[in-house]
Amino acid sequence: MALTSHVLEPSLCGFNFENATRNIVLENGAEEGKIKPPKALKTGTTIAGVVFKDGVVLGADTRATSDEVVADKMCAKIHYIAPNIYCCGAGTAADTEKTTDMLSSNLTIFSMNSGRNPRVVMAVNIIQDMLFRYRGMIGANLILGGVDCTGSHLYTVGPYGSMDKVPYLAMGSGNLAAMGILEDRFKVNMDLEQAKALVSDAIQAGIMCDLGSGNNIDLCVITKEGVDYIRPHKESPYNYKRQAKYKYKSGTTPILTKTVNKLELDLVHETVQMMETAASS
Amino acid sequence: MSEELFPEPGWLSEEVKTGTTIIAVTFDGGVVIGSDSRVSAGESVVNRVMNKLSPLHDKIYCALSGSAADAQTIAEIVNYQLDVHSIEVEDDPLVCSAATLVKNISYKYKEELSAHLIVAGWDKKGGGQVYATLSGLLTKQPFAIGGSGSFYINGFVDAEYKKNMTKRECQEFVVNALTLAMGRDGSSGGVAYVVTIDKDGTEEKCVLGNELPKFFDE
Repeated sequence: MALTSHVLEPSLCGFNFENATRNIVLENGAEEGKIKPPKALKTGTTIAGVVFKDGVVLGADTRATSDEVVADKMCAKIHYIAPNIYCCGAGTAADTEKTTDMLSSNLTIFSMNSGRNPRVVMAVNIIQDMLFRYRGMIGANLILGGVDCTGSHLYTVGPYGSMDKVPYLAMGSGNLAAMGILEDRFKVNMDLEQAKALVSDAIQAGIMCDLGSGNNIDLCVITKEGVDYIRPHKESPYNYKRQAKYKYKSGTTPILTKTVNKLELDLVHETVQMMETAASS
Repeated sequence: MSEELFPEPGWLSEEVKTGTTIIAVTFDGGVVIGSDSRVSAGESVVNRVMNKLSPLHDKIYCALSGSAADAQTIAEIVNYQLDVHSIEVEDDPLVCSAATLVKNISYKYKEELSAHLIVAGWDKKGGGQVYATLSGLLTKQPFAIGGSGSFYINGFVDAEYKKNMTKRECQEFVVNALTLAMGRDGSSGGVAYVVTIDKDGTEEKCVLGNELPKFFDE
């Protein structure tokens, strides 16, 4: 690629496991005993996307689970990549977040360098390249959708780096249920309301039939005119309202003693560097 | 115990394979190359309409099989290398150059990659040619089959292939072979994509499921 100014330069071959030794040292613990590594948050998700007459509709549920506990009831699974490209992520939450962040940064730099709006196929190529290089170690199943000068596009990228371009799609643990709805009711060139209803129903099927998906439904409608990020499109009817406040008045915990230690700091070295502030054209 | 509450479906972390049937046949003046369209991850079909015939150049195509990611990546890399090569020599690349590039990658990364590509095309020096590049070998053959579905049609292609078939007969031969393989192999199915390459150009065709020929099991 001609304009290869990436934010975090991933051009070295193979893996980058810089933190592996650090993690092993932390896990095998120092004096205080072993430090448990934080559990990977899996999004156990239902995400879906549909291409309609004027653009693309992406949908996702909002539940993030950590083993059997719902860690986040209002997790945002539709990530911003570019003003005209959004991405739904399933799989390991950290992986999808970071991958989409990096992709978004790279595309912003590209558009600043070239003066062009990024195309969906470019986003797909960058992501596919990175995921292939990591040989499936990055657990990100992504649905990328967007509208650019060549039309509306919907792509999926798997964790091993495989790529598919399709008119309708569902991913995540709830994808089998959602796919049933999509296969039944998808038609080419639907209008906006039909497409929104279809995606919403597909996600709803995933929420009903899959334990790892639940709570609300987010929708993101991308057209040539702009993006409509509807969060939430449909709220779960099982919203838990807190019965009491959990805030403690100050003074609840009595202060027994108070000591103040002043830190003695010596000024060792001082340098002054003049900055070039002359305006240049 | 947390895994039993909602066990993650195996296919989410399983590698996506193309579990395929691919076939390429030469005729006098060109080649016909065909594939099915099913992409599976474990027992689940991830994409039922994938076109596994990937263009490497205007008149050179390759058919993908094995791991979807590996095969797609090899095809992209060779496409780029062929573009550079054809600009350097200021001419269309030869089919055997394309096949050699694919073979180089397949052989060098034999242990890491699991993809088999069949390269077929037309050039003015050799006419229509088909090359098989399984595991890094390179052979020029009058026809080649590959993928998991190919095992079921070895006998059929050996018996039915004739030298000097016309373009029309070749296309029928390819569609028949694909239909028979899709009928017996669980990892092949969907629609049949057929590409015909000769000196006048490239013709892509998609034969839908209900238009495929019917055989004994109907």
